[in-house]
Amino acid sequence: MKLAKSYFADQRKDDLKELGQGLQRSDVPGHVTGKTSYFADRHFPGMLYLKMVRSPHDHARIRKIDTSEAEKHPGVARVITHKDVPHNVYTILILIQVGPEDEQVLAEDKVRWKGEAVVAVLADSQRAAEEAAAKVKIDYEVLPAVLDIEEALKPGAPLVNEYHGQNYYMYDSGASRKVRFGDVEKGFAEADHILEQTYFSSPIEQAPTETTGCIVTPDGNDRFTCYTNTQAMFFTLDNTSIILQMPGHKLHMVGGTVGGGFGGKVDVTVEPIAILAAKLTGRPVSFIYSRHEEMQISSPRAAEKIVLKDGVMNDGRIVARQVWGYTDAGAYSRHSPYGAQKGAAHYPGPYTIPNVWVDTWCVYTNRTPSSAMRGFGVTIADFALEVQMDKLARLIGMDPLEFRFINAYRDGDMKAHRQETTGAALIECMQEASRLADWPVAEKYLQMSSYKGS
Amino acid sequence: MAIRRGRGVAAINYPTGMNLGGDPSQALVHSTPTGNFMVTLSSVDLGQGLKQVMAQICAETIGVKTEQVIIDTADTDTGPHCMGTFASRGTHRIGNAVIQAAQEARQVMLEVAAEALEVNASDLDTDGEGNIHVKGAPQKSISIFDTALMAHFKLGRSISGRGMFLVPRSYPEVETGAMKPSTCYAHACTVADVDVDDETGEVTVVSVKNVFEIGRALNPKMVEQQLVGGSWMVISHALYETTEPYYPARDHGGSDFNEYLMPGPGDLAETEIVVLERPAADGPYGAKGPGEMCANPQIPALANAIFDAVGVRIDMMPITPERILRALKEQRSA
Repeated sequence: MKLAKSYFADQRKDDLKELGQGLQRSDVPGHVTGKTSYFADRHFPGMLYLKMVRSPHDHARIRKIDTSEAEKHPGVARVITHKDVPHNVYTILILIQVGPEDEQVLAEDKVRWKGEAVVAVLADSQRAAEEAAAKVKIDYEVLPAVLDIEEALKPGAPLVNEYHGQNYYMYDSGASRKVRFGDVEKGFAEADHILEQTYFSSPIEQAPTETTGCIVTPDGNDRFTCYTNTQAMFFTLDNTSIILQMPGHKLHMVGGTVGGGFGGKVDVTVEPIAILAAKLTGRPVSFIYSRHEEMQISSPRAAEKIVLKDGVMNDGRIVARQVWGYTDAGAYSRHSPYGAQKGAAHYPGPYTIPNVWVDTWCVYTNRTPSSAMRGFGVTIADFALEVQMDKLARLIGMDPLEFRFINAYRDGDMKAHRQETTGAALIECMQEASRLADWPVAEKYLQMSSYKGS
Repeated sequence: MAIRRGRGVAAINYPTGMNLGGDPSQALVHSTPTGNFMVTLSSVDLGQGLKQVMAQICAETIGVKTEQVIIDTADTDTGPHCMGTFASRGTHRIGNAVIQAAQEARQVMLEVAAEALEVNASDLDTDGEGNIHVKGAPQKSISIFDTALMAHFKLGRSISGRGMFLVPRSYPEVETGAMKPSTCYAHACTVADVDVDDETGEVTVVSVKNVFEIGRALNPKMVEQQLVGGSWMVISHALYETTEPYYPARDHGGSDFNEYLMPGPGDLAETEIVVLERPAADGPYGAKGPGEMCANPQIPALANAIFDAVGVRIDMMPITPERILRALKEQRSA
């Protein structure tokens, strides 16, 4: 890695002592010698292991849950169903007033995705828990499922989530988060060329080295300590407090070094049920996802569909950009309504375009709930935007890098969401890329600057 | 049939912090009796090195060596509230809270030293080596060790500080979408070179040249690990990864690292990184969030390079050999 100090030198004082130094991380010797401890390194006498019984169907009505055989299995301490959960319907972002509550901690009347939690079995050993879980009998009536964005938005599509009432999230702005800037129709009318293209992505795993999990101990004073690898201690504490209807002062969350988190561990999926289990049994409880669960149950990055329509002039100026963005939330909101509207704020990318029209949707399907992941709301948008930029440049016979210089935003430019651009540095990044990769561009682009009035 | 070389470019910006703000973080700082400093947080270190960068920020602000700062974090009984480690918010939000707490502690420390040296606190400065001295008269000084002892055992003063950072929440305007998603943006431009085998559809990423602008590189070595790791992670996203290879069909979903397709060590591209620093007006010592932005421009740069190599557009991620071959077949039959 090289620090290119010649750029923006007038905005920077290089007088730092401790910062700006590539000091070795104090935790690294522990990591590389195997001495760092993680939440799962703790062991407590009498600990119970939680195994979750999950839906084998994408969408089904639950007719009956029979746990009698499982309860008789040797080593089983307790079986937990929705009846044991004080506030069984939750949504994580209710803490910042993004509702409605739309997800059951343990499924009650319906399952809406393959893998949804229905019954929790607690036993003396992992093996006994798994054997007993296999004895839980659930009678399902299979329902038609919707598995992608386009199917979900068709008229007459099966309803995924009754708490929403339709297969998309309803914002205060309606079925989508909207950005309206200038007049795209006027822009298209003036354009020399119009290009409309559709982009897709499929979900991906978070794939952290350390799977999602927690270990809970009842502390004997009516408090519970939860050793967890959550990415957000108080998100977990406050959501647990709501779900278990337990005052926050009874909860103590202890984190530490986490073995990788890319957004999936901002979900609150293991702690509430493990703390409930510790409360009901009075014993320490371990609930740790297997690798199979981490891959198949924890939230992936959302699938997206993005339609971009651009009007471009022969001289390289983009005069209108229209965007329809769709995020596949899966069966429940989790963080997806927030991610979809992060996308609305991100378009039209780092370019100054006079006419912009954006609609982003958060769509419900009978898929594994997606959630936050590194680049949430932006990464797939950038794939679509920057492939589109390449197509537009070729359409008008222009070098793709020079085409970006022509449209790049600079300090003082008004963005589509009506914030003035400050601190821009796109032009300088492209100048350095041109030099680094020996990608020639005309001298006038190398003389450009992000500074206002330059 | 041949191996064809192609080159593609992409440029992006990326917002620092939780979208629309409203995501506070707090920090507390206090000195021990011998002048070491404890930073108390409830923030989570995901392995990216949050504790190290917070220690350096605190040390820089107070004027001590980084090794004298201990980070106590991720415990809700002791640490004040933090929204969490996500959305490229750690360095920016928590760093600002640590600065505020450390500034308050530093002020008390200087007041105690001023009493010992019989001068005004405003006339004092730190040397970064563990001493406090009168500006312009370095011989008139007291060690931070002795200052902390004096505060504890003679003056009965707590050398401590509280820090809080909040970007006020923005609510999007319903009709126009007018809103303030972020206070600062990182930037990047990537040039990717690929070889595409037009017989098998296989893509070899020959090199990835990344230019990132991240405000300030507070610890350049840690910035490098983040930027290189992010670059590799997202090459995997572009070319390999999917929960179901025939999405939206739910079959063949991987359930362990044998089945879930990712590149191996032999597939890693030659990676070059250049960092530009345009300080963010509200960043801790000018820093923006490098966590997520580094894993974006490579995907479209690779897609554009593949088109440059073989003339087919794959507009669905991941860009697998199968999709490339099918597109090539269609191209040849057209």
